[in-house]
Formats: sequence, C-alpha cells, structure tokens
Amino acid sequence: MIGEAIPAAAFRYLGERIGAGSSGSLEDRDPDFIRQNLPLLWLLATFYFRAQVRDLARVPADRPVLLVGNHSGGNVIVDTFVFSLAFSTHFGVERPFHQLAHNLAMGWPLAGSMLRRSGTLSASHDHAEKALAAGAPVLVYPGGDWETHRPSWHGNKIEFGGRKGFIKLALDAGVPIVPVVSIGGQETALFLSRGHRLAKALRLDRTARLKVLPISLGLPWGINIGDFAGHFPLPAKITIQVLPPIDVVERFGADPDVEEVYDFVTDQMQMALDGLAAERRFPVIG
Amino acid sequence: MRIDESVEVTVPPETVWHYLEDPENYLHFMAGLTHWEVAGDRANGLGARYRILLQVGAAEVGGLIEMVEWNEPFDIAWHAITGVEHRGRWRIRPLPEGCTRIEFRWAYAFPGSGVPGLVTELAASIPVRRQMRETLRRLQYRLEQLNARSPAGPAG
Repeated sequence: MIGEAIPAAAFRYLGERIGAGSSGSLEDRDPDFIRQNLPLLWLLATFYFRAQVRDLARVPADRPVLLVGNHSGGNVIVDTFVFSLAFSTHFGVERPFHQLAHNLAMGWPLAGSMLRRSGTLSASHDHAEKALAAGAPVLVYPGGDWETHRPSWHGNKIEFGGRKGFIKLALDAGVPIVPVVSIGGQETALFLSRGHRLAKALRLDRTARLKVLPISLGLPWGINIGDFAGHFPLPAKITIQVLPPIDVVERFGADPDVEEVYDFVTDQMQMALDGLAAERRFPVIG
Repeated sequence: MRIDESVEVTVPPETVWHYLEDPENYLHFMAGLTHWEVAGDRANGLGARYRILLQVGAAEVGGLIEMVEWNEPFDIAWHAITGVEHRGRWRIRPLPEGCTRIEFRWAYAFPGSGVPGLVTELAASIPVRRQMRETLRRLQYRLEQLNARSPAGPAG
C-alpha cells in the first residue's frame, strides 16, 4: 500500500507543480536581475563549458524573430543558458528576449521565480505570440522533452518528433525563423532512454502531463530516473551556431505546405549539426 | 578591476593621435573586436558615441560607449552607457627622439553581482589583459608601418 502511495503522491505533486507553472507575463522579466547574473553565467560558460556562440549577428537587431533551437541536456539545459548569456551581452539586457519552457520547470518555487525574472514564459502558442507581438525575439525548442531526453548516442541528431507548431507561430506572427543549432548538451550526462513507454505504463501522460520518464547516468545520483532534480553537468564543450534567417512566406509563399517548411528547417539544422559534430574529436572534451 | 598596458612606438604623438581618433581604424587593430559602429551624428570628438562588441571568453561584451575626454593629442577616454559597466582610456605621451608612449587603460565592474561578480572580474582580467597586449602589439605594428610609408620618412 505504502509502496504504491508514495509514487502516486509524488506524481500528483508533479502534476500540481506543472499546473502552477503556467506563466505568460512579459512584465515579470527583470533586466537588472539578468544583468546581475551575467558574470556567473560568463564564468561557467567560459571556463567550465568552453562555450562558443557563432554568428549571433545573423539575428536581426531591429525586429522580432522566432529563434528555433534543438534542445539538449535533459532538465539541465546548459546550451539555453549559454545562448541567453550570449544574446544578453550581444544585444544588451535592455532588449526584450523571451524563452519558452515546460510548465514543470516554471512550477518549482525558486527556479520558477528565477526563470520568470529571466524572461522565460511557460510554453504555449499564445504566450509566444504575445511576446512576438510586443517586438521581442522568442526562443523555442519544438523538440521539448522528447528531444532533450534523447539518448546520448542521438546527440548529433535533430529530433523535433514531428512537432510543427513553431511554423504556424512564425506565420501567425509574421516573423522570420532563425535556427539555433547547439552541440555538447547531450554529453553533460549519459542519457540512456527517454522512457516514454514507462511514462505511458505509469499513466504519467494523464496524471502529470509527462510523455517521458527519462533514465540516465548522471552526477551525483548515479542512475537518475526522471531527472526531476536535475544533475551536475559534466564539463562538455558547448558550441552554438546561429543560421541565416528563414522568411517562410518569402521562400514558400503565403500559404505554405507546413510539411515542406518543417523538412527544410530541420534539414538546415541537421546539416549545421553535422558540421559541428565533424569538428569534435572527443566526447565532452570537444 | 583596472588593467593598464603600454607600449613605446617610434612614431610622433600626432601620428598616434590621428590614427586613434579615426573610428574606421579600430576594427583593424583591436584584438577581439567584432563590432565598432558610429552611433549618432558625430564620427569622433567629445560626445561621440559608438556601439562596440568585444569577444571575451564565451560572450561578446560591450554596448554603447560615449567619449567623455577628447584632449588632443594626449587623451581619449570613454564610458559605457549600456552593457557591461566599463571605462577606457588612451593616454598618449611624447618621448625623446620623436617617439611616443601609448598607455591603454581598461576598467570594468559588475556591481550587484556579489561574490560571483568579484570572481568574474578577476577571472576576466586574464583574457582581457591578453587582448589588450595584442591590441597594442598590432597598433605598434600599424603605426610604425604607416610612419615608414609616410612621405616625410621614419621619425627620429
């Protein structure tokens, strides 16, 4: 009885946190808070992750854009922090910039507050559209939990899982898509499985809106199921490449075939990721 | 954190001044500089503004700067208006036999960032100092090349 009650209570709690995490207020973003945290992010990005962000100047400086990234690192999304640091120092914290995150991340008491002050919004079409309409670039990860928990040996693959909502978002908002390709995040731990069958068997998709229950080997836990508390990331070298903007209407017409756009964007990103992978000689070291 | 680096060049102070007052030259000799753009109506002089970006470690840092001292041919100083809080200065002083001492000063701070800010100030001084030395090395090379090619011939 107790053995069944504890997981059920834990998953119920997760469900509550996910429900509490919905946040779409643009005004929660606090430029002074972001500025205060840049030194620590710079320290970690420079000396621990030896990070490089290339061609950030391809992001138009004077208009909103939809930044579309590949998601890596489980629940410790190092490449997002590296990109946010680079964006904030390149364009200044004065330029509004928002990222979308899973409700679970936004629902934790301390982390959720920090994310909101950093400009993060809980993932929804409406929140992203509101931020774009306000003139801010928005960073989305279409692959979400499906991609970030992919096995480490899929680290060099773009795996959006067929999620195409970002294309409708770019069309509705009338903004270009700027692909952002990163490598290294999937080497911060050894990711073994998404555990999507396990999540389904435990009915997590219904009780906690979780489609995956990832299994990994990570510090300090050893075997890490769920990665709910995150992990201590290995010092994997992070490289991020910004690709040229894609104007969907200009390239595919006013009523584009979404499948065709999806294939084009993911192909461009896969080619860039292949190029970044070819530069790496060793895992983690880079 | 304040960092000073200097170099002596076999070029008169006026040549140094004319080279440093021209915003078009900066992308050619400043190490790590990825962007240098005039922001406003004035290309140079007191009150001129530039948008600059400098690659330091994992990030491009910089922002909008404004010239706050323009004392020909001795001093050019600037303050940051946006971006990382910093001040910079070129200090140009004559030496005997038509030579010049160029001092490059850079001071920066991360107020409100607590202990991580202090650690970062210290850690950043390593790449910043390296870039300042490289900047002065390139500046010396360019000035001495320029001087050797001038119709009046090498100074001194």
